[in-house]
Amino acid sequence: MALGRLALGTVGASRRVSLQRGLLFLCALVLLLLSEAVEPLGASGSPGGAGDSSGGSHGLQKGCEADVTKSKHPTNRTKKPFPVLSFDYEHVKTPFEISLWVLLASLMKLGFHLIPRLSSIVPESCLLIVVGLLVGGLIKVVGETPPVLDSQVFFLFLLPPIILDAGYFLPIRPFSENLGTILMFAVVGTLWNSFFMGGLLYGVCQIKGTDLNTVNLLACLLFGSIISAVDPVAVLAVFEEIHINELLHILVFGESLLNDAVTVVLYHLFEEYAGVGSVSILDVFLGVVCFLVVALGGVLVGAFYGILAAFTSRFTSHTRVIEPLFVFVYSYMAYLSAEVFHLSGIMALIACGAVMRPYVEANISHKSHTTIKYFLKMWSSVSETLIFIFLGVSTVAGNHSWNWTFVTVTIILCLVSRVLGVVGLTYVINKFRIVKLTTKDQFIVAYGGLRGAIAFSLGYLLDKSHFPMRDMFLTAIITVIFFTVFVQGMTIRPLVDLLAVKKKQETKRSINEEIHTQFLDHLLTGIEDICGHYGHHHWKDKLNRFNKKYVKKCLIAGERSKEPQLIAFYHKMEMKQAIELVESGGGVKLPSAVPSTVSMQNIQPKKPPSDRAIPQISKGREEEIRKILRNNLQKTRQRLRSYNRHTLVADPYEDGWNDLLFKRQKLMEIEKKMSKMSNYLTVPAAAPDSPTLSRARLASDPQAYSSKPTSDDLPTIKVDLASPQSPDSVNLVNEFQKAATQNDPDDDGGLVMKVPFADKDQGEQDNKKEQQRLMRCLSDPGPGGDEEEDEPFLP
Amino acid sequence: MTGWRRPVSLEQISILHKRFMQLSHNEDSLRREDFKTISDLASNPIRFQIIEAFFDKRNFRQNGEGSVEEISFEQFLTVMSHFRPVPVHTMTEEQRESLRREKLRFLFNMHDTDNDGTITLEEYRRVVEELLSRSGALGKETAKGIADAAMLEVASVSVGHMEPDEFYEGITFDHFLKILNGIEIETRMHIRFLNMDTTNLCK
Repeated sequence: MALGRLALGTVGASRRVSLQRGLLFLCALVLLLLSEAVEPLGASGSPGGAGDSSGGSHGLQKGCEADVTKSKHPTNRTKKPFPVLSFDYEHVKTPFEISLWVLLASLMKLGFHLIPRLSSIVPESCLLIVVGLLVGGLIKVVGETPPVLDSQVFFLFLLPPIILDAGYFLPIRPFSENLGTILMFAVVGTLWNSFFMGGLLYGVCQIKGTDLNTVNLLACLLFGSIISAVDPVAVLAVFEEIHINELLHILVFGESLLNDAVTVVLYHLFEEYAGVGSVSILDVFLGVVCFLVVALGGVLVGAFYGILAAFTSRFTSHTRVIEPLFVFVYSYMAYLSAEVFHLSGIMALIACGAVMRPYVEANISHKSHTTIKYFLKMWSSVSETLIFIFLGVSTVAGNHSWNWTFVTVTIILCLVSRVLGVVGLTYVINKFRIVKLTTKDQFIVAYGGLRGAIAFSLGYLLDKSHFPMRDMFLTAIITVIFFTVFVQGMTIRPLVDLLAVKKKQETKRSINEEIHTQFLDHLLTGIEDICGHYGHHHWKDKLNRFNKKYVKKCLIAGERSKEPQLIAFYHKMEMKQAIELVESGGGVKLPSAVPSTVSMQNIQPKKPPSDRAIPQISKGREEEIRKILRNNLQKTRQRLRSYNRHTLVADPYEDGWNDLLFKRQKLMEIEKKMSKMSNYLTVPAAAPDSPTLSRARLASDPQAYSSKPTSDDLPTIKVDLASPQSPDSVNLVNEFQKAATQNDPDDDGGLVMKVPFADKDQGEQDNKKEQQRLMRCLSDPGPGGDEEEDEPFLP
Repeated sequence: MTGWRRPVSLEQISILHKRFMQLSHNEDSLRREDFKTISDLASNPIRFQIIEAFFDKRNFRQNGEGSVEEISFEQFLTVMSHFRPVPVHTMTEEQRESLRREKLRFLFNMHDTDNDGTITLEEYRRVVEELLSRSGALGKETAKGIADAAMLEVASVSVGHMEPDEFYEGITFDHFLKILNGIEIETRMHIRFLNMDTTNLCK
């Protein structure tokens, strides 16, 4: 009922929305209650909603079967009337509840964006936690126990989609350029945070007066390691909305991803030994070794699966439908395999996505690429929403042990240690960086260190028997999470605006920038080689060459393995422009960023007239042409009109006003011109291979115009043939040219139609211009030069 | 000129001098053939342009023109100085701008081979062809298309409105500056001269 109505997608006043949300809550609540209560109630016959009726129909089947089987075994059961409709919720309970939660999460997300101002003030993560709190509260009020975010579910099902989404779309260039900085923050920063916090907390715990004496040093250090890790989910959720510049985004985000290895090692180390109570030097040393194993092992496992996925995608050209599946399954396997050995699953997933992406994208179809993109975005979005809602619910559900001292000290220490860590590390890092991190950058990096659900789940995993203060830990963790997400999450956007931090540049890359980026790479590599310095350009170049020579041949199918990056970029750009052209209705709107009237002919160098290549036609053919033309002269008017109307394809580089001009003047101009231009039409107009006329041929009349050997007093049509092999390059047909420019106006290899200047009066000059503009609108991909020549001009 | 121009340090100069001697076989001047002995350079698609840049008088900061046959160590150092890392964040806006102009001027000179102040379509086509020179036949055909599209973009951005019969001569230095505004050239065009004493390891 309420679900159905909401599904209609109302755009009403906020009152209506909140009413529906209230109804939604109620419905969800009712169903949850039913799920808990269905056992004692037995078969209650009233269908409660859309979901129930489907449950009912399945229940009917099951009921039937159950009845049949029962009748096979003769028992002393009294014969009941045949159950037409029965209610059997148990067997769909788990998937039903899961679907209900997912639906709730998605509808919440929908609802937030219907309220206009809310989403611009409060980040989504905060809203979702609040919703979770409300739902949890409602459940508790009714008397049921709300579910807590199960760590298994979190780590195995909710976290991987988010990480895969991040890893697959990781911008490799800025990531690798700043890798040193990111690693410093991730490894050294997290270590510093854990020990600083753990140590100081232990000190605070020892103070008499607080009843925290039971917390020993190792437990404190363990707590420190859990709480100090920056959380990728929370960072993503908040940073996605504030659009800061790429450098800061990759720094904070990269740190949140790579600190997983450190967290895993510290967590296991302290958990192992907190029970025992002491850690020896050997254990510390083993811990360091373990860290290297965990980090590198995770990356290797991920890279291995990534290569496998890339290799598999090489052969999927006949089964395009399951291409996305390979990407998802291989990545998930990488994550699970890493988790088997307690390696860093997050790093495995990142490595897998980053390694497989360039090869897979070269192999899969465009549709599969879109599918992968949208599935990943969808899953990660749902996961993120669910995580935050469950955080809210778990807060209500969990047993809390509130200790003012502990919690406040934790929050303060979190902030202090983060700031100190960032400042200290930046000081060291800036000695090695060319682009130094400014104070503003440092502030954002420090302020963006949000904690999230990973910390909660790790805390939840603690064994109560070893850690009697687990509840207190959990309370503190949740408080810190709330603090960072609410306070820091909400204030970071106005702070970013206030500090005028550089935002992400929305401009897309131009072909010139791409050319020069590549040029610069090669130039710097060359300079490094000349001065004998094997710097990182040299090694990057070597890696690229190795990649091109061996790896790409293995992993990319067919010809695309040899395609250089510049060409791939160019094709992609052309494809984008072509799609934009189609979407904008055939050239009314200009796809490129800058409207201009510059077109291809403006840049083509002009050759002297003597270079004009004009096909020679035999006398006999010439006569035939003239005869046909004269015969068709009467029909010319319509022909030309139809020729213009049907065959007009606007140059994507043209400004929109050209098109308007054309539409408005088309009829008038052509009509007027016909009488005056009769001279033109007694002579061959355009070359048989002119794109204009090849279309005219198709569109209207099989008769074709053809060219005539030049003489200066006859008009000839200039054809601009673009490079025939260039795939989507646009051609312009410059049909008419001022006679004044007779001396130098020529395109490479084209035929020129020149207006005999003497014949025309001044008034025509303007019309000429209009005509030029009109005819400039005509374009099409250049005909393959060879194929047109072979075509008989009279089909 | 301005105070931020840190001179290349003595240590860097001595390392470069060693390299110069190594390349020139202990003579006083370098020739083009000496550059060809660097085997690492052989796989670089734009090696000819890079080598030419060393012999281009325009890069010697003396407002000269044309090219020379051999260069002294001082000229070698001058060309190399275009690539030294500069602390960008301590500079004012105009210092940054002049640094950008200097570096982009170097690139411009590399493209503008006939030194007429503009990069014509032919020159640009050659640039793209060289970049794609390792891709065989596939590269040559598409290079033309790419260069044309790039030229068109420059013209569209820089000039905007052109009559149909006007001709866009070529990319002037100002247009070049404008079109490459997005690449932060001042932070990217440099070599870390920090740990440079690897001359013994290279051929």
